[in-house]
Parts: sequence; structure tokens; C-alpha cells
Amino acid sequence: MTAGDQRSWVDQALHEHDEHERLDELERDAGGRRQLPLADPEQQVLDRIDRARRRRPRVREERITMSHGAGGKATQTLIEAIFLDAFRNPLLEPLEDAAELTVNATRLALTTDSYVVKPLFFPGGDIGDLAVNGTVNDLSVAGATPLYLSAGFILEEGFPVADLSRVVESMAAAAAAAGVRIVTGDTKVVEKGKADGCYVNTAGVGLIERDVTLGVARARPGDAIIVSGPIGDHGITIMLARGELDIEADISSDTAPLNGLVAELLNAVPSVRAMRDATRGGVATILNEIAKAANVGVLVSEDNIPVRAEVRGASELLGIDPMYVACEGRLVAVVPGEEADHAVAAMRGHPLGEQAAVIGHVRAEQPGIVQLKTAFGGTRIVDLLVGDPLPRIC
Amino acid sequence: MCLGIPGEVIELHPEQPDLAKVDVNGVRRMINIGLLVDDPPVPGEWVLIHVGFALSKIDEREAAAAMEFLEGIGQAYEDEIAALRASLIE
Amino acid sequence: MRFVDEFRDADKAHALAAKIAALCEPGRKYKLMEVCGGHTHTIYKHGLEDYLPESVQLVHGPGCPVCVIPMGRVDDAIHLASQPDVIMTSFGDMMRVPGSGGSFFDANAEGTNIRMVYSPLDSLKIARQNPDKQVVFMAIGFETTAPSTAMTMLRAAREGLTNFSVFCNHVTIVPAIKAILDSPDLRLDGFIGPGHVSTVIGCRPYEFIASQYGKPVVTAGFEPLDILQSIYMLMVQLSQGRSEVENQYSRVVPWDGNQAALRAINETMELRPYFEWRGLGFISHSALKVREKYAAMDAELLFQVPGVRVADPKACQCGEVLKGVLKPWECKVFGTACTPETPIGTCMVSPEGACAAYYNFGRMNRNRVPEAQVTRA
Repeated sequence: MTAGDQRSWVDQALHEHDEHERLDELERDAGGRRQLPLADPEQQVLDRIDRARRRRPRVREERITMSHGAGGKATQTLIEAIFLDAFRNPLLEPLEDAAELTVNATRLALTTDSYVVKPLFFPGGDIGDLAVNGTVNDLSVAGATPLYLSAGFILEEGFPVADLSRVVESMAAAAAAAGVRIVTGDTKVVEKGKADGCYVNTAGVGLIERDVTLGVARARPGDAIIVSGPIGDHGITIMLARGELDIEADISSDTAPLNGLVAELLNAVPSVRAMRDATRGGVATILNEIAKAANVGVLVSEDNIPVRAEVRGASELLGIDPMYVACEGRLVAVVPGEEADHAVAAMRGHPLGEQAAVIGHVRAEQPGIVQLKTAFGGTRIVDLLVGDPLPRIC
Repeated sequence: MCLGIPGEVIELHPEQPDLAKVDVNGVRRMINIGLLVDDPPVPGEWVLIHVGFALSKIDEREAAAAMEFLEGIGQAYEDEIAALRASLIE
Repeated sequence: MRFVDEFRDADKAHALAAKIAALCEPGRKYKLMEVCGGHTHTIYKHGLEDYLPESVQLVHGPGCPVCVIPMGRVDDAIHLASQPDVIMTSFGDMMRVPGSGGSFFDANAEGTNIRMVYSPLDSLKIARQNPDKQVVFMAIGFETTAPSTAMTMLRAAREGLTNFSVFCNHVTIVPAIKAILDSPDLRLDGFIGPGHVSTVIGCRPYEFIASQYGKPVVTAGFEPLDILQSIYMLMVQLSQGRSEVENQYSRVVPWDGNQAALRAINETMELRPYFEWRGLGFISHSALKVREKYAAMDAELLFQVPGVRVADPKACQCGEVLKGVLKPWECKVFGTACTPETPIGTCMVSPEGACAAYYNFGRMNRNRVPEAQVTRA
């Protein structure tokens, strides 16, 4: 793009927004809803921004950048504008961690994931653990019993076979621990310089036996939001394991299969509204997904969010917010308010849920917006980040 | 970018005098203390860390004084609130 | 976390808030500017404005070193990074700042190798590991960060590294403050002075603000209680009709600054006769460049930078936001055409920019949000 082009993309963006505003106004007038003159100019701006945020997403960039892989706004825009737009169907639209299918009256969940983590081996696990646990978790939070996985490998020319064996052994152990079987796979090799050693792709199938329907769009005012344990362990571990930051800490990835924990929760509280696996983008991204899908407000309290001291230390040092940092063995659950204590007790009974805590609630005010009451006592918004300072952590 | 974090110096590098290891909540990093050459820190002292360098020592007395001031205000505030409550009862 | 948690204590905040409110003269409005982008970030991140009465308004200043870089300099950097065998290293904050043709992230998608680093010293590591490449460090920041760049250069010189250079965009804070003071658009009552810049330059450079312009200055720390206490100290001065420089951040800021840091800067860099600041125009003696003695590490000499002046898009009101004349939401394109995802200006994309802080953290009308009414107990 030249300077001339730059001028035009700005002008185009402005023109688009003016057009939208004009159309919105016509719609409002046509609906007979006269806009009352608001004495508050700031509120007018906030309303205008809210309208802008609800518009149909469009990808403006000509090329994919690292932001598109971060799990934040850019990723969401890409998914909605490119993938959802082209593939659109009712099964895809919920955009949950897994798709819910009905085949011959049997309810199934189907999910897929790709793993491009760098480095491949890190404290607490490796790409193999992530691949199995991540897939198991996406199925579990859909309320499904995970059963079968596929495993596709894209290997770089020159990758040590010993390392491949290590990864594969981890996957076998993780699968056994989770009670799933890897039943099909694929192998490709690409030239040296591509695939960073090894990329893994999985798909997973599970059986939805329980009479539950889960989805973040079901969140309702009064619901409690629970997190299953301390956040940010995985993402920080990866950042430090890259060795570029010269930071030593006793932190390891939290990668773990959550199907056992989910079963405990659903046994105790069948009325769970939604569960999400807190991976790329962290807890903050899930809170925003809830607010957006259900068109509700979310209010969480910083004091209630569990974070390990070392994760906090590393985050402060690097200037990042643990709420946006990936986990690989934590879930966020939305449960009816009156069931909150019951749900937390059930989770705390399981080793992976020992530090489960209610972090906030869903409410009717400020729909679409996530707010945080800070430890200091003030309030602020928690929005999606565009990019992410942790490229390729899962 | 303005970001400066307090960390405790836990050891000086045996060979390189301008390096020291600091601890921030259990997280450790080697940082450059060359900017404090006029009054180098020793293990146990706290420094302000910015982009891998120690910019300044944290003066514990000044920190304690700042805290005392804030606590004093807090106490006065609590006294006032207590007095307010007491007067309401009557 | 020591020296952090105790300065985030909510109870003490309530107490300070009450004191501040008590010092407000009925009918009088107070406008205090926090110069430093880091302070703007803290204020919004912790919801600090909830503790202030309506009559005390905070105005966000130009102390965001990323925000003040003109588009042309970003283009120059990308041009440098596009040279054969160049690896550019940069702080994370710069990666999404838009130049005329896109940001560093966009440039990487087109083939440059611009890598994020935490410390300028990481550039030396990369230079050692890649002897056949030229490593250019994109140096940005006020006097807080200049000493680190300087020390890195000195270290590179000591080691005899020949493939490391610096593209110097360091700026100095005092000329920016002076430009604000001389601006006819603003009437400010006092300044929350820069925190970490002051660890290097000390508090003396701000004395002219108090003596010549009659405005009180309090250098403040970065925890929310630090800022609240600084506001309290400013209000005390204003209520007593004083205008002095005070140091709230005394646990870290020495009154005379850090001489070793100043020596390092002086050894490796010197003031440019003038430099263009986004939104503030050309300001004389407001930025640093590499000294002739270290010309071998001056990327502007080693490579040809186009140096084209690129005007800000007409719609962009970053300049007025940086001067504190406009609040972020008063910018016509705030939140609609200009968002963190599609930034038109730097204020929206820098983590310390006022627009980014307001959009990401503060985008709520404080009067209408019950939780935000901490003082109205």
C-alpha cells in the first residue's frame, strides 16, 4: 500500500461508518422511535460505539497476520467474516468449542483443533499432551463423553524421530488417562523450514448422553460464573520456555483432561448453562463470548480470580494481563445463581477443581459488555484484545 | 513501556559486575545493574526493573514513610467513620 | 507482591478520596494533567476515576512515546527492516502502530523480520547468534528508556559487535510539557508528574512549571494509590495557593535523578535540533540521536531512510487528544472508524495511549454505573 492507498483506506472506513449511521438513523425514525436529545454527549458516543461493534464483521487486511491467530478480536472477525460467511449453516453458527450433531437420533459432539505450539516440549507437558487434552476438553465442555480421536501429523524434514516418539508416547498416555482412543490418523512431511518440527491436527467425537443443552447463548441475568482453578499457567509457561525472556520460574503448563471434572459438575448441577475451555485468549475472551452470545452484561471481581503468585509475577514483569493468557486445563462454567455454591463444592471435590471459585455474575445491565471490579475498588471494562503478546501457545 | 516493576536482588553475578539476579514473586531474571554503578545494590535490596535494567533502588524508608502516611489517612478516616456511626446511634 | 499490593489497597483509597473531596472548593472545577501514558493506563486499568469527585477532572497528556511517533518514522522503520539481511528488534508496543502502508505486523506478513524483544539487550543476543545479519533496534521511549539503549550501545562497543545498530526515536519530556503549557487551548491547574522518567532526570527539570507558570507538580508512582495520593498533594497545594514541585514517588525517584544513566545517555546520544512529534508538530531540542562517536551504530547513517513526512489522516485527532484538548471519546472517529482492531491513530493502538485506555478499560459512562460510584457512599 502506498501513501495514496493509505489515505483511501481511512476515507473508506469513515465513509462506511457514516453510511451505517445514516441507515441506522433512518431505521430508527421509520420505527417511530425518535431519538431523544440526550444531554450526555459521552453516552451518545458510547451508544454510537455500541452500534458500530454490533455490525457485521469484515476483514480489512489483505494478508493474514499473527493477530489473526491470537484468539482475540482479529481471530473472531476472521472466523465470522471468512469462515462462517462461506460455510454458514445452523450447526456451525453457535461457534461453540464443539458442534452438536444428531445422527439417527443419537446426539454427538464433533470438534477439531490444530497444535502449533513452540517449543514442542515444555514444563508440564508437550504438544502431544495438548493435542489429546485439548480435544478431550472441547468435547467435555459440550456435555459429551469423549470417545474417539483422530491425529494428523505434519512433520518437518529433519525432525528427529526420537522427538516424534516422545510426542506420540505422550499422546498415548494422555489418551489412556482420559479414557479415549486414537482411531485414525495421517502423516505428511514438508520441506525443511516449514512446520517448525511438528504440527498436529486432531478431530474428536463424543457422545452426548446426558439430557443437557449447553451453550453460552443460554446465560441469563443472575447466573454465576465459575472458573475451575488458577489462570494463566500454560501461556506463561510457554512464554518462559521459549527462552527469549531469560526468566526462570517454577511454573508449568496446566494441561489436563477435564472430562472427569465436567462429569462431577454435571452430576451435581444438571442445570449448568454453559462451559468453555479457557485456551487461547484466556478467561477474558470467554467472558466476552458469553456477553455477546447471550446479549447480557458480565461483572467479575478481580479479587475472586485465582492466579498463582509466580504467574502474577511474570505477568507484571512483562506487562501482560493474566486474564488474557491461555490455560489448557481450566474451564469456565455458567450456572444458575442459586446453584453456584453447589457447583463449586462439586468441582472442589475433584483434584483438577481444587481452587474452583465464583468469579462473577451475569446481569441485564450493559449488555454485551464485560466489567471488572478491580482489587483497588474501581471499575473497568474487559474487552477482547486484538492481537496477543503470546503467539502460538497452543 | 513506562513499566517498572519492583524486584528483590537475590544474587550478584560472580563474574560480571553489571549483572544481578532479581526475584519478582518467585519469578527470577538476570538483569543489568549497570545504571546503578554509583551505588550498586546488594542481595536483599529492592530495585525498580525496566526493560531488563535496574533504573533505581527502592528506598525502603521512603516506602515505609509513604505507607505510614497512607495508613494515617486511613486511620483518621476510620476514626471519622466510627464517630459518624456512633453519632447516628444517638 | 511487595511494593505493589500495599499501594493498591481499597480502604486507603476510600480515605484519600474523602480527603480529596473535602478539599474541593464549592463551585470550583479542577483540571489536572497526568503527563505520562503509564499513568493514564493505571488510571483506567484500576478504575481510579471512580474515587474522584465530579469537580476533579483528569486530562491525559502526551507522555506516550509510541503515540508521538509520526507515521513517517514508522514508514522509515519498515523501510529499514525491508533491507536485505536486516533483523529489526522492537518493543511489543510498536508492533501494531500503523504507518502509511501498515504496521510492523503487516510488514512481517509481507516478508520483513521484525522481532519483539523485552529488553534492548536481547538485540545483542540476536546479533551474536546471527553474525551474517544486521540487527537494528527500534529505540523508542522517553528518558526512562534512553539509558537502557545507551547501555546496550556501550556494551555492543565493548564486545566489538559490528552488526548491531540503533534507529533512535527517543524523545524528551520537558519540551512536550512546555508545549502543553504554552498551548492556548488548555487551562490546567496542576500536573501529575512523570514517574519513571523522573528516576532518570530527577525532579529539578520540572521546577520551571511551578516557578514560571505557577502550576504545582507532584511526581507520582504507578500504583493507583500513588496517583491518588499525588492528586491529594496537588489539591493541598491548590487549596493553599502554593505552586511547588513535590515528589510522591520518593521511594524510587531521587531528587537529582540517576547520574550514571544521564552519563550513559550523554556519552552515546545528543539532542537533535528539532524533531517532529505527532500532533504537536516540530519541537526543537526534543529528541535524541546517536552521537558521531558511535556513528557505526547509527542506523540512519548505515542505511538510507527515506525521511518522508507523512501527514496524519485528516480524520485523525490524535494531536488534540495528546495535548489533552479533546477527551478520547470526543474524537469524531473514536470507537467507530478508529478502534484497537482498525486504528487510525497511535493513541488507539499504543497500550499507553489515552484512546486505547479509554476504549479498552473505561468505555462506560461513570454516572450511570452503580459500581463505579465508590465515593458516593
